[in-house]
Amino acid sequence: MKDHYQLLVIGAGPAGLAAAAEAARLGLDVALVDEQKAPGGQIYRNVGSIQEPVSTYLGKDYLRGKPLVEEFLQSGATYINSASVWYLDERLETGLLIDGASHFITAERLILATGAQERPMPLPGWQLPGVMTAGAGQILLKSAAMIPSRRVVLAGSGPLLLLIAWQYLQVGVKIGAIIDTTPGSGFSKLLPYLPRALPAFDYLLKGLSFILAIKKAGIPVYKAVADLRAEGHESLESVSFTTGLGDGNKRTEIDMEAETLLLHQGVIPNLRLPLAAGCELEWDALQQSWKIVKDIWGQSSVDQVLVAGDCAGIVGARAGELQGRLCALQAAHQLKKIDLQPRDRAATRIKRSLQRHLSIRPFLDTLYPPAKAYQLPDDETLVCRCEEVNAGQIREAARMGCVGPNQVKAFTRCGMGPCQGCLCGSTVSALIADETGASMEQVGYFRVRPPFKPITLGELANT
Amino acid sequence: MFRLVDETSVDTLKLSIEGREYDVPVGISVAAAVLLCGITRLRNTPVSGSPRLPYCMMGICFDCLMTIDGFPNQQACQLEVRENMTIEIQQGAAELLQQR
Ligand SMILES: Cc1cc2nc3c(=O)[nH]c(=O)nc-3n(C[C@H](O)[C@@H](O)[C@H](O)COP(=O)(O)OP(=O)(O)OC[C@H]3O[C@@H](n4cnc5c(N)ncnc54)[C@H](O)[C@@H]3O)c2cc1C
Ligand code: FES
Repeated sequence: MKDHYQLLVIGAGPAGLAAAAEAARLGLDVALVDEQKAPGGQIYRNVGSIQEPVSTYLGKDYLRGKPLVEEFLQSGATYINSASVWYLDERLETGLLIDGASHFITAERLILATGAQERPMPLPGWQLPGVMTAGAGQILLKSAAMIPSRRVVLAGSGPLLLLIAWQYLQVGVKIGAIIDTTPGSGFSKLLPYLPRALPAFDYLLKGLSFILAIKKAGIPVYKAVADLRAEGHESLESVSFTTGLGDGNKRTEIDMEAETLLLHQGVIPNLRLPLAAGCELEWDALQQSWKIVKDIWGQSSVDQVLVAGDCAGIVGARAGELQGRLCALQAAHQLKKIDLQPRDRAATRIKRSLQRHLSIRPFLDTLYPPAKAYQLPDDETLVCRCEEVNAGQIREAARMGCVGPNQVKAFTRCGMGPCQGCLCGSTVSALIADETGASMEQVGYFRVRPPFKPITLGELANT
Repeated sequence: MFRLVDETSVDTLKLSIEGREYDVPVGISVAAAVLLCGITRLRNTPVSGSPRLPYCMMGICFDCLMTIDGFPNQQACQLEVRENMTIEIQQGAAELLQQR
C-alpha cells in the first residue's frame, strides 16, 4: 500500500469492483479500499470463498458476482481489504483503520461506491435483542452459514425481503410468518411506469417466482398490516399487529410468538462518505430518500469526487456495476489516460445497458413505497437507537422551533451517537417536515463529521 | 438464537465471552459468534441500561460495540474472531474518539 494513488475507489461491491477493474485496464494507478475481508459488497458478500451447499441456496444472481470479483483480482488494481475509512474531509484526505493502526492516503480522484443500508424501520420494540434487519439475517447466512434456530418472523416490504424469504426457504429455515407492510399502492399508480419497466421484465418475473415459492411453502402472509409491535422484556418474545380482512373495516388482532424478527423496508443510500466529502444532496420523492447530485458519468458536485452504485441513489447491483465503469472512464479521461472519442465509444454500450437496468426502478419504487407508519412513528417509539430519543421528543423540538436535523440534534442529542444519524436521519427529517409543514429539501439532513469509526488516540498515533 | 446450517465439518477456535470458553467457527465475525453462542446481550445502553444485540451486521448501527481484549467500543460485526480472544459486554458510553 502506498500513500498516494491516481485513483482511490472506496467500496468493493459491484460498483467499486467494476470501477477499479476498468480503471486499472485504462492504465490508472488505482487502489480499492473496503472494510470487508473479501471483495463482493452486500450482494456478493463472500462470493469468492463461499462453500456448498449455501452457495447454491443463495441463487444464480449471487453467483454472478464470481466473474466480477475475478475480473477485479486479475486487473492489477491494488486491493486494500479489512480497511475501514474512518476519516474523510473536504480536502479528500482519506484515513484508513487497518488492524488497529491509522493510515492516510491521498489521490487525484476519488470514486465513492459505499453502497446502501436498509431503511430504518422504527416501530415499538425494534431495539429489543432478537429484532434485526433482514439484511443482517442474510449477512449471517452469507458470511457465517448461520440461520435462525427457532421461530423467525419476517416483517416489512420490498424485493429484498422476498429474496431473503426465498433464500431461507432454500436452506430449509421454517419461517413462522411474513408480515407484509407494503401500503396498497393501487394498480392505477403503477400503470404509468409499466411500459418503461417492460425491457427489464426479468426483474418482475424473478419477484413473481419468489412470491409463488412463498405461497407454495404455505407460509402465512399477512397483508394490510397496522400497529406492528415487537414485544418482550429483556428480549423479543412476540410480535403483535392487526390485519385487514379485505372489506376495509374489519381488523383482526394477532399476537404471535417469535424468537427472531427480521425487519426490512427497502434500502437507502449510505450517505456518510459522500456527505463527508462535501457532495451535494437532493431529495428523491419517488424513492423517498436522499441521493447524491451527479451527472451520467457519476461526477458529483465536488470536482475530484465521482460516485457510483447505491450510495448515490438506489439503482441495484447490475446498474451499479455499469455506473462504476462509466466513473472509471470519466476519471481516466480527466486524468488524461483516454481521449474524448474513445471514452464515448466505450461508454455507448454501457449506457444502453444501464438504461435497461434503470428502467425497472420507478416501477419498483412505486410498487414498494415505505409505509407512513414507520417513517412517522408514534411518539413513544424510539427513533435514535444510540441516544434513545423517541419520536415525541423530536416532534416537540420541531414545535419549539428546530427547523432542521442539526438543531434537533443539539436540542435532544438525537443523531449524536456513534452511528451519526444512519439509523435515525431519514426519520428525523421526515418528522420535522411533517410537524412544520416544510418540504424535505427545506428540512435537509444531518451533517456528518469524522471519525466515522471508533478510534483511540493511541491508534491515531500509530500512523 | 442462531445455528450453523451444517454443524459438522467446521474448523473451530477457542475464545472467551464474559469469562466462559466457547468453540466457534474460524472466519466468522465476533457478532456472529456472540449470536451463535446464544449470548442474550452484548452491551447495555448508556442512557437506560437496556440490553442490545447486533442489529445490522454491516457496520452501520453501532449496536454491536463490545469490549474486546480489553479495548472498549470495538465494532463486533466488523471484527473477525481470533484464537484466545476475550470478549466482554460493554457497559455504557459508546464513543467514537477515545482517550486511550
Ligand atoms: C444488507 C444488505 C443486503 C443486500 N443483499 C442484496 C442481495 O442479496 N441481492 C440484491 O440484489 N441486492 C442486495 N442488496 C442491495 C445492494 O444495495 C445491492 O444493490 C448492491 O450490493 C449495491 O452495490 P454497490 O456496489 O453500490 O454497494 P455494496 O455492494 O453495498 O458495496 C459497498 C461496499 O462499501 C464498503 N464500505 C462502506 N462504507 C465503508 C467504509 N467507511 N470504509 C470501508 N468500506 C466501506 C462496504 O463494506 C461494502 O463492501 C443488499 C443491501 C443490503 C444493505
Ligand atoms: S451490528 Fe450494526 S454496526 Fe455492528
